Amino acid sequence: MTAPGPRREDFGARLSIDRSVPGRRAVDVPAWHGSKTSLPDSSLLRDSLRLPEMSQGELVRYYTALSERNYGIDSGTYPLGSCTMKYNPKINDLIASQPGFADAHPQARAEDAQGTLRTLLELRRGLAEVTGLPHVSLAPAAGAQGELAGVLMITAALEERGELATRRRILVPDSAHGTNPATAAMAGYTVTHLPTAENGSLDRATIEQELDETVAAVMVTVPNTLGLWEQGIEEVAGLIHDAGAYLYADGANLNAIMGRVRYGDLGFDVAHLNLHKSFSTPHGGGGPGAGPVCCTEELAPYLPTPVVEECADGIVRLLAPERSIGQLQQFHGNVGVLLRAYAYLRALGLDGLRAVSGQAVLNANYLRTLLHGHYDLPYDRPVLHEVVFSGSRQRRQHDVRTYDIAKRLIDHGFHPPTVYFPLIVPEALMIEPTETEPPEAIEALADALIAIADEAAEDPDTLHGAPWSAPIGRLDETTAARRPVLRWQDVKVSETVSRLSR
Amino acid sequence: MASPHPYIPATEADRARMLERIGVDDLDALFADLPAAFRDPAIDLPPALTEPELIALLADRAAENAAPSRPNFLGAGAYRRSVPSIVSHLVSRSEFATAYTPYQPEISQGTLQSGFEFQSVVCELTGMDVANVGLYDVASATAEACLMASRTTKRQAAALLELIHPGTAGVVNTYARGAGLRVDVVASPDELSDEHACLVVQQPDFLGTIVDLEPLANAAHDVGALLVAVADPFALGILKAPGDAGADIVTGEGRDLAGAPAFGGPSLGLFAAGLPYLRQIPGRIVGRTKELHAPDDGEPRTGYVLTLQAREQFIRRERATSNVSTAQALIALGFTIAVQALGPQGLRQSAELCYQRAHDAARRISALPAYDVPERGPWFQEFLVRGPMSAPELSAALSEREITGGLDVSNRLEPEARDALLFCVTEATPDAHIEALIEALAEIGDEV
Repeated sequence: MTAPGPRREDFGARLSIDRSVPGRRAVDVPAWHGSKTSLPDSSLLRDSLRLPEMSQGELVRYYTALSERNYGIDSGTYPLGSCTMKYNPKINDLIASQPGFADAHPQARAEDAQGTLRTLLELRRGLAEVTGLPHVSLAPAAGAQGELAGVLMITAALEERGELATRRRILVPDSAHGTNPATAAMAGYTVTHLPTAENGSLDRATIEQELDETVAAVMVTVPNTLGLWEQGIEEVAGLIHDAGAYLYADGANLNAIMGRVRYGDLGFDVAHLNLHKSFSTPHGGGGPGAGPVCCTEELAPYLPTPVVEECADGIVRLLAPERSIGQLQQFHGNVGVLLRAYAYLRALGLDGLRAVSGQAVLNANYLRTLLHGHYDLPYDRPVLHEVVFSGSRQRRQHDVRTYDIAKRLIDHGFHPPTVYFPLIVPEALMIEPTETEPPEAIEALADALIAIADEAAEDPDTLHGAPWSAPIGRLDETTAARRPVLRWQDVKVSETVSRLSR
Repeated sequence: MASPHPYIPATEADRARMLERIGVDDLDALFADLPAAFRDPAIDLPPALTEPELIALLADRAAENAAPSRPNFLGAGAYRRSVPSIVSHLVSRSEFATAYTPYQPEISQGTLQSGFEFQSVVCELTGMDVANVGLYDVASATAEACLMASRTTKRQAAALLELIHPGTAGVVNTYARGAGLRVDVVASPDELSDEHACLVVQQPDFLGTIVDLEPLANAAHDVGALLVAVADPFALGILKAPGDAGADIVTGEGRDLAGAPAFGGPSLGLFAAGLPYLRQIPGRIVGRTKELHAPDDGEPRTGYVLTLQAREQFIRRERATSNVSTAQALIALGFTIAVQALGPQGLRQSAELCYQRAHDAARRISALPAYDVPERGPWFQEFLVRGPMSAPELSAALSEREITGGLDVSNRLEPEARDALLFCVTEATPDAHIEALIEALAEIGDEV
């Protein structure tokens, strides 16, 4: 029995349109007092527009209430593996929102945008230093677009070599992010999956066996999604090059190695970075991010347009590389995100970046040690930025799934880790604390996970029903997919249908 | 000993305690797997800056751009809008800004319900049945539209009607090359054939003219192609919803309603389509549902989840509809709030104000001796101006007077664009800037 209290509101049932009262408004539009031009023919105009009518205060309250039903890094520990949910320095937002930067028009002459362009140039140089790949385009809007750029650059290079018709395969480890095979397919390649060996690295024998004149590239995430160093990658790079293929680095996990080892030095030909991960820009609930693509001298002519260059007259300009794969954005990329990343780079410097990777790795290993024995650890060795546990034991012994463990962690005040990924670890719990968590937070996270492991044995139903303290309980995802309600215009129809079908 | 940086909390003592617990002597031991030959290379980065130093440096940098107060008449894909003040306030709330993709719906209802609001608003503006939560920008959204049209029609060519933004055409070409799609730029729908998966039309077109979409939709449908309308969502405050004119897919750019142009990005690609294409749509989609179990005090409550995920890369991998993962969620939130703050009357009034002010400015310029505003049919906020000198010279003469004139389009093929600058005036262009422009143009005209 729960104690009587105020009934919890069904907040989600009332959208803005349900709060609308005809005649209310949040802003006034200035009147036009000049001479009037008649509007175009009515056949070109709309005759209705249904939007909510709310006062300014009501609208602010509605979205404030929504924000309170969200959890961000500023709310607490957010150890979402492979997403590098580190603290987002506020000064970065302040810098990007300065009117001089914010009001710059993308069609402005280079001479009128030197502040932005020079900053982008320095970011470009910084990223080249950090990756050891000297040429960079900042254009890609996110990691997946950076991947597409990199693969299309490889396509262009193969075309020039006259080998595009034969090299139709891209090799991707079975531990890869889903974007890797999806990108390869989008660029017209077939995907061959490479198995992971027992030590958590690529299986060398399989690679040697697969490498032939039909392979265009191998896409590897370094460090990989198990949080482990890809053993012998520098030798694998040699094999790949000997076979005439290119080596692509998915830089999603750069945070572990910043300042310590570089993709270019290891033999990678091209890499993308996720600046919203390693370079601390806000994830925004799913973007905006930025996914710069960095490459060798050989691939530089194919970089996406634009690249930022300092010209002989001292003016920094946006240029098209001679054999560019073309544009990826109508304009120049997510510049506001790039400015934030630059501010981060300058705030850290080389010593700072090394401190970042050092602490990120130390934190992940501290968590690994604290949780050791409480959950299965399929790859039981020191890790880099993240550690992947398995809930297999809890599943087997107590019928508690990783899903339940994640949901219960919400009751302890944490955002759950990434779950069920990488796909090669059953019941995976992929945990990336990042360097910005203090040891006390990591200890608290470990304590919570240990308490949950105990609870799995003693009171599994509490886990099956979790979370108990969130703004809403588990949701019916099956019905959501089977009878999609995707906009307020569908709501009435669907509710009528569901009433009738009861 | 202190922590190494304000962003990194662990002190020297913390680190010693952690290393001891892990059972290693030093941090290097944790990096032992990294190949020694490549460890700790020389990296040339400028020294770290403290917060005051960083602010000073980047304030100086921002000042190297043209002053924000300088009159500016550029449009051509990025438009200065009157963005309601509540937008920046609400999108700055860190519960929104510092969250990620809502994988855990129980603590992500803010992002998810806002996403549902966004989809609803986009469907209303475009006249479409389904929208996703947004793609990178208008150009990549349009490229995705061409790929989707190709998948659904099983055809391997896309037609772009001339007068599409060159940046949009460029991105379509980039994506098409990967997908093995041919791209034809067509002058009229008569050039369509049964090889075309879609006809892509920009509304208003690149030179600002309002397009009658209906005959184009009919022409596309006659050859079994889809109509993709690339529409300015702000202009849709008064213009007919493309869906009502027969469009099958609608894309657009949402950045300007959500905030400042920011040199073009972060941008926001709108993407909406008719219901038949639901399972082919790229990107994330939010659906409304109920709790699985009723709370103790009543009926199951309403909530929102990411849905129809079998389309997406993290499940479908190489068979996904797109590789897109992180997109532009925070900009979509700003767009939604801006449109809802304006409301049905405000959006229409604001679009009308834009229309009136642009037409008034064009009329005043065309009344100046030595200036001509070529007629191109009904238009919204952009117009061509020919002056007493070549377009680059006119642009330079305005620049000397601290005014950024319209975009130089004199190298385009359309006869009316010859020697012309493409000016843009919106509801947010200050009156004083228009006065300064008229005065400068008159002066320049007098001097010739």
